[in-house]
Amino acid sequence: MKKTYKIDVDCANCANKMEEAVKKTAGVKDATVNFMALKMIVEFEDGQEPKAVMKEVLKNCKKVEDDCEIFL
Amino acid sequence: MNKKQKKMFLRILIAAALMILFSYLPVEGYLRFGLFMIPYLVIGYDILKKAGKGIRNRQVFDENFLMAVATLGAILLGDYSEGVAVMLFYQIGELFQSYAVGKSRRNISDLMDIRPDYANVEHDGTLEKVDPDEVEIGTIIVVQPGEKVPIDGIILEGKTSLNTSALTGESLPRDAAAGDEIISGCINLTGMIRVRTTKEFGESTVSKILELVENSSSRKSRSENFISKFARYYTPAVCYGAIALAILPPLVRMLLLGLSPEWGDWIYRALTFLVISCPCALVISIPLSFFAGIGGASNAGVLVKGSNYLETLSQTKYVVFDKTGTMTQGVFEVSGVHHNNIEKEQLLEYAALAESASSHPISKSLQHAYGKPIDRSRVTDIEETSGNGMTAKVDGKTVAAGNAKLMKRLGIAYKDCHQVGTVVHIAIDGQYAGHILISDIVKPTAKEAIQSLKKAGVAKTIMLTGDSKRVAEQVAAELGFDEVYSELLPADKVAKVEELLEKKKNSSEKLAFVGDGINDAPVLSRADIGIAMGAMGSDAAIEAADIVLMDDDPLKVAKAIRISRKCIRIVYQNIYFSIGIKVICLILGALGIANMWMAIFADVGVMILAVLNAIRALFVKKL
Repeated sequence: MKKTYKIDVDCANCANKMEEAVKKTAGVKDATVNFMALKMIVEFEDGQEPKAVMKEVLKNCKKVEDDCEIFL
Repeated sequence: MNKKQKKMFLRILIAAALMILFSYLPVEGYLRFGLFMIPYLVIGYDILKKAGKGIRNRQVFDENFLMAVATLGAILLGDYSEGVAVMLFYQIGELFQSYAVGKSRRNISDLMDIRPDYANVEHDGTLEKVDPDEVEIGTIIVVQPGEKVPIDGIILEGKTSLNTSALTGESLPRDAAAGDEIISGCINLTGMIRVRTTKEFGESTVSKILELVENSSSRKSRSENFISKFARYYTPAVCYGAIALAILPPLVRMLLLGLSPEWGDWIYRALTFLVISCPCALVISIPLSFFAGIGGASNAGVLVKGSNYLETLSQTKYVVFDKTGTMTQGVFEVSGVHHNNIEKEQLLEYAALAESASSHPISKSLQHAYGKPIDRSRVTDIEETSGNGMTAKVDGKTVAAGNAKLMKRLGIAYKDCHQVGTVVHIAIDGQYAGHILISDIVKPTAKEAIQSLKKAGVAKTIMLTGDSKRVAEQVAAELGFDEVYSELLPADKVAKVEELLEKKKNSSEKLAFVGDGINDAPVLSRADIGIAMGAMGSDAAIEAADIVLMDDDPLKVAKAIRISRKCIRIVYQNIYFSIGIKVICLILGALGIANMWMAIFADVGVMILAVLNAIRALFVKKL
C-alpha cells in the first residue's frame, strides 16, 4: 500500500536524510521524499498498519533532522 | 518571505550590524570575546542547538555540526570576527536558498494554475457555487465567460471559444459549441455554456494533470541519485580529511623535520576544510533544476512523468513515429480534384450528389469538400454496388462515381492517378469526367517537425504504419523520414521497435516512440521512452506514456527534446561547477592559500549561482 504525506523541511540535504531514515524504518518497503513538492510517498509492507508505522517514521525523521514535520 | 524567513532576515541584519560595530571598538581580551559572542549567538544559536541534538542522535556529520565546529574553532583561535562572519554568511546562504526554492515552488504552481475552485450548479433557476469534488456525473453545470471549466463534459447549450493555453501551451483559442466535448482546465472566453458532466472531478483531465505534475519529481533521475549518494560520502570524507590535516602535518613537522609544529595554522586550515564540506549547493540545485525543467515543460504543453524521463529524453537519438493520427490527422479529406472536361467545382458537385445517400467515410469526405447543403431532390435512381461505387441520375444526367472496378464494369476508359491515395473516378453520361483523390491529410507541421528533430541532433527518424507500402513510402518521402516500415499490424509494431532497440549499438543512445496513445500502448511502454500526443481527455495515453503532449502537434516532440537537453545541460553545469569549485577550494585551503573567508564565499556563492542557474530551466518559451 502506498500513501502520500505532506511534509515540511527546510533543506534539500535534510530531505535526503529523511528519505534514508524512512526507508530504514520497520514496516516500510520503500519511500521517496520529494523536496520540491514537499511530499513523502511511503510504501508499506503488507499487513502493516500505516498509522503505527508512520509514528515510528516521524520519530526516526526527527532524529536525523530535528526541524522537520510530517503531516499525518 | 514567510515568517520564518523574515525572522532570519532580521537576525542577519542585527548580527551584521553588531559585528561591524564591534570590530571598530578598541577593546581587547575577554571583553572583545564577550562582545563578539553576542552577534555569534544571535546568528548561530539555532545551528549550535541543532548540532547538539545531532550529536545526541548520533548524526554527527551534518552541516550544522560542521558549521558549529568551524566557527567555534575560529573563535578559539582568536579570530572572533571570522567566526561570526562565517556563521553569518552561512545563514545568508540558507535564507537565500529557502527563498529561491519557495519562489520557484510558487512560480511553478502559478504556471499550473488550472485547478478550478468551484462549479456552478443550476438549482431551480439559480446558480449555486459548489466544490467540484461534490458534483456527480451527469450534473448540468454552467460555465460563464472568464471561468475555468471545472469538470470534463459535453456542451448542451451555448457557443464559445476556449483558452486551452494552460493545458496545451497553444495560445490560439479553440471554438466549441453544443455537442462538443469539453475538457476541464480550459478557460471559457466568450459565451455562457451549459455542460453535462461526464466524469467526476477526481477523474477529470485537470485532476489527472495536476496529480501527474505534482508527482513527477518523485521519480528521481540518475543524476539526482548520484548527488544524494555523493553527498552521503562527501561530507564524512572531508571531515576525516580535516582531522588528518589538523594532526598529521604538525606531527610530521615536529617528529620528522624537527620544525615547530604550528598547530594553530594547521587547525585553521582544517577548519577551512569544514566550511567547504557542506554539500548544499549540489544537493539543492539538481532537484531544483529538474523541478524547474518539468514545470517549464508542462507550461509548454509537454507533461513529463518524472525526472528520469527528462534525462532519457535528452539522450534520444532515434525517434520512431506512428503514421496515422500522429503525423497525419487520421481523417480522410479530398486532397485533389483532377478534372477532365468539366470544371473542378462541378465535378465535385456531381460526385457529392451521386454519393449523397451513402454514409461511407469516403462519401462523407466528398460531401464535406463540397461544403454546400445537398439538395437530395436533384438525385434519383441511386444504385450502390458494394465495393465499387455508386451510380445515380443527377439533374437528369447519369453519374457514375466509384473505383477503377466500377469504370471497368461500365466499360469507361479511365486514367490512373499519379498520386497516392484513394481515387474516386467519375463518369457523366458514359463519358470519363475525371477523378477525385482522397487521402489522409498530413499534419501541417509534420514536415517541420522532422526537420527540427534533425536540427536537434536526432540521428534517425523512422515511421511505422499499418498502411499500404505505396502510401507509406510517399508520405515518408514527403516528410523526410530516414526509414519507413509499412503494412504492420499492432503486434508487428512492437516487434519492429524491439528490433530497432537491438540494432542500436550504444545503450546511451535512446529510442523514443511517438504515438497517439490510443492503440499504441504496448509500443509506448516497450520503447526507451514513450511519447503520447493529443492526450487532452485520453486517459489511456496518460497511463501508457512517459511523456505526454497535450495537443497533437508533432513539432512538440522536438521542443520536448530541446527542453530536456537544456535542463540536463543545466544539471551538468551545476554538478561540474559546484564540485569543481569545492575541490579547488579544498586544495587551496589545504595549502593555506584560501582562508575561511574565501571558503565561505565559495560555499555560499556557488550555491547562489547554482540555484540561479537551476531556475533558468524554467524558461522554455523560446526553445
